[in-house]
Amino acid sequence: MTPSTHPSTDTEILVVRIWRGTSTGAFKTYHVPRGESQTILDVVTYVQRELDPTLSYRFACRVGMCGSCAMLVNGQARWTCRTHVSRVLDQSLTLEIAPLSNMPVIKDLATDMTVFFDKWAKAKGQFQGASSRHEDFAQIRPDSPQRRAADAGIECIGCGVCYSSCDVVAWRPDYLGPAALNRAWTLTNDVRDTQHLERLRAIAGDAGCHACHSHFLCTERCPKAISPTAGIAGLKKKIGRMAVKGEL
Amino acid sequence: MTQDSIRQARAWYWQRISAMVLAVFVVLHLVIMMYAIRGGLSASEILDRTQGNVLFGIFYGLFVLACAVHVPIGVAKIVQEWGGISPSVARGLSLLFSILIVGMGSAAVWGVSVR
Repeated sequence: MTPSTHPSTDTEILVVRIWRGTSTGAFKTYHVPRGESQTILDVVTYVQRELDPTLSYRFACRVGMCGSCAMLVNGQARWTCRTHVSRVLDQSLTLEIAPLSNMPVIKDLATDMTVFFDKWAKAKGQFQGASSRHEDFAQIRPDSPQRRAADAGIECIGCGVCYSSCDVVAWRPDYLGPAALNRAWTLTNDVRDTQHLERLRAIAGDAGCHACHSHFLCTERCPKAISPTAGIAGLKKKIGRMAVKGEL
Repeated sequence: MTQDSIRQARAWYWQRISAMVLAVFVVLHLVIMMYAIRGGLSASEILDRTQGNVLFGIFYGLFVLACAVHVPIGVAKIVQEWGGISPSVARGLSLLFSILIVGMGSAAVWGVSVR
């Protein structure tokens, strides 16, 4: 067995600045021992369990399935459970961890995601079909253009990373945001859904898809490699044509 | 759906169509400019060639119209987002801006290609 080429991390101490408070507050500095394969979530958990039990944060699965542990790490929204310290650490051994932006802070690193999910409902993000359990399964070709378009965005787990990264949400708080519009795009391409027109009406306009500036920050930061920007562009094109034809 | 949403959707459509026109016109404009002045050309020599040229006047007349459609739609968005101005005031400002572009652009096209 060849010896490990990784430098020893046992003696290193991370300087971790963590936001404490609500919308008002300050960063507090903690010192955390560096470990092998350490994630940002490990760091936050160490602080809460070993240094300061009053620290509040949110997590559940720890393996990138639930989307509840997203935070700002050195200014960028990320899943803390899937971000290794080695990926974001520089020579200074300093980390800055803050709650997601564009959402109210409940306490410390936990944000209130009510508005974020309310916007999904406003964008008619619920599937509504026409058939019941007594009818046969719908036959959808996986390689049809509409199903492919829906599949491209279907893996969203609602972590809020895109919403937190979006400049337009910061400028225009009523903007539905990339996650809700991505959901609307997947349903727009779901041939079984029955409320296409109502949905397109709900998401048109300044608070909807037409506010997007195509900055691609949502696409850049999405941990699932989804491109909400592409979906929003599709919605703009579809709604624009319908508005000109008077079909909306 | 509000009338404003339909208006926004139509505005986006027209901004996109005008962007397609501008993409072609800007390239043609740059190519013509670079080709025409490659050996050096004075202002009076340029006017000698352009004045009385109908095609030149039509080309730049359409160019001005495309700008007058495209630019104010974007300006209205920017003043709303960065200036916190209401949509109706932003629309009014963008309409004035559009009239300004048409006025100044038409005067320039008239001066260069007709007079």
